[in-house]
Amino acid sequence: MSMYYTEEHEWILVDGQDAAIGITAHAAEQLGDVVFVEVGEVGSAITKGKTFGTIESVKAASDIFAPVDGEITAVNDAIADNPALVNESPEGEGWLCRVRLANPAQLQGLMDKSAYDQFVG
Amino acid sequence: MLPLHQELGGKLVDFAGWSLPVQYPAGIAAEHRQCRERAALFDVSHMGQLVLRGPDVASRLERLVPSGIASLAPGRARYTVFTNADGGVLDDLIVTNAGDHLFLVVNASMRAQDLAHLRAGLPEIEVIELADQALLAVQGPAAAAVLQPLAPAAAALRFMTSSTMAVAGIDCRVARLGYTGEDGFEISCPAAAAVDLARRLLADPKVAPAGLGARDSLRLEAGLCLYGHELDPLTSPIEAELGWIVPAARQARGDFPGAARILAELRDGPARRLVGLRPEGRALARDGTEIRTTAGEVTGKVTSGGFGPTIDGPVSLGYVRAADAAPGTALDLVVRDKARPAQVVPLPFVPHRYRR
Repeated sequence: MSMYYTEEHEWILVDGQDAAIGITAHAAEQLGDVVFVEVGEVGSAITKGKTFGTIESVKAASDIFAPVDGEITAVNDAIADNPALVNESPEGEGWLCRVRLANPAQLQGLMDKSAYDQFVG
Repeated sequence: MLPLHQELGGKLVDFAGWSLPVQYPAGIAAEHRQCRERAALFDVSHMGQLVLRGPDVASRLERLVPSGIASLAPGRARYTVFTNADGGVLDDLIVTNAGDHLFLVVNASMRAQDLAHLRAGLPEIEVIELADQALLAVQGPAAAAVLQPLAPAAAALRFMTSSTMAVAGIDCRVARLGYTGEDGFEISCPAAAAVDLARRLLADPKVAPAGLGARDSLRLEAGLCLYGHELDPLTSPIEAELGWIVPAARQARGDFPGAARILAELRDGPARRLVGLRPEGRALARDGTEIRTTAGEVTGKVTSGGFGPTIDGPVSLGYVRAADAAPGTALDLVVRDKARPAQVVPLPFVPHRYRR
């Protein structure tokens, strides 16, 4: 399994053709208290660079951008009931959705952990 | 106050020419709960503080507002609005009878316009801006206990009364009112002493600093209007459910700007009304969200909306056609192109806990 990061502060944990997507600890910290998350439905397509959901904190609403092309295979029901999970465990239990990758080659353009840490300074 | 906000870790934003903290490290939700459960300290020094002085100043100010000002007893404070000739709202404000003068607190962003409006409308009255006064708000159920050791006289104040007194040895004007729905005080003090006073207040373990973010979520849950959102020059105080600020005597005289519209709306009801809305799900319906009937007809727009930490869910304020304004009415809020069910509910969302 490999973890990749985007400039839009999402992470994607890849296991073969399958992946989980979430927002980074840095993003969760910046957003503050998350109170609502909405991503596309299971079976819907996501397109790299396009928004496929919204994450709302007490402060503001932010778009969630797809790190890759793919199809949503699961959404995290736990955060629908308890959006604070995104703050408590952004890179763990606070995952947003799972996807089936359409084009794994797209992962090449993403950052690894050390590159992302450098990116956010 | 800026160095103190920075020392406390405040996230600063520019607002009406001021650099103000949106939040401190605790975060908006924690600061909000701090205010509902104990006490929060807000720096609201950006608000305009004005002194009006001159012959018959109280009755003369009635030329610009629809409330009773001449009837205001010394030491009493009253919420009112400046109306325009069309019955719209130019700003909302608190007027205090300070004995030999009136003390006004107006919105930061409207200060310049209000000063010009007052000077043009009341040429015989001296209008002084207290640019060197800071304003600190201590709000929450523990606010009175926090002030007790620093200003014992504050305990004698009741809701919407005000008095000059020493707070921690600093000459201040203390009013028992606020913008959170909780018991609390607003303390006007010399700007040079504000940091000292803030530190004395923060030294009490019952107090924590809170920023503009919590101030907004608290006033939203309390159903209190924010100028530029619920109130503007096209909106009448009657539409905003502020009919209570126009007493019978002023209605009978009808001698305030926009009286024709305001009296007609008091008599016949306004075409649209401010309502509280509770979305059914957890999606927030923010300012600008379209409001539809369940039949799909547009009935209005959300003017303020967000997450209510005490409600633990989304809350919105908005204007709808009068026919759709009754509590219990089912409406739809169109968030990200999707109609989402909501219900009209009585305001406030969270009961006020003023010390009357």
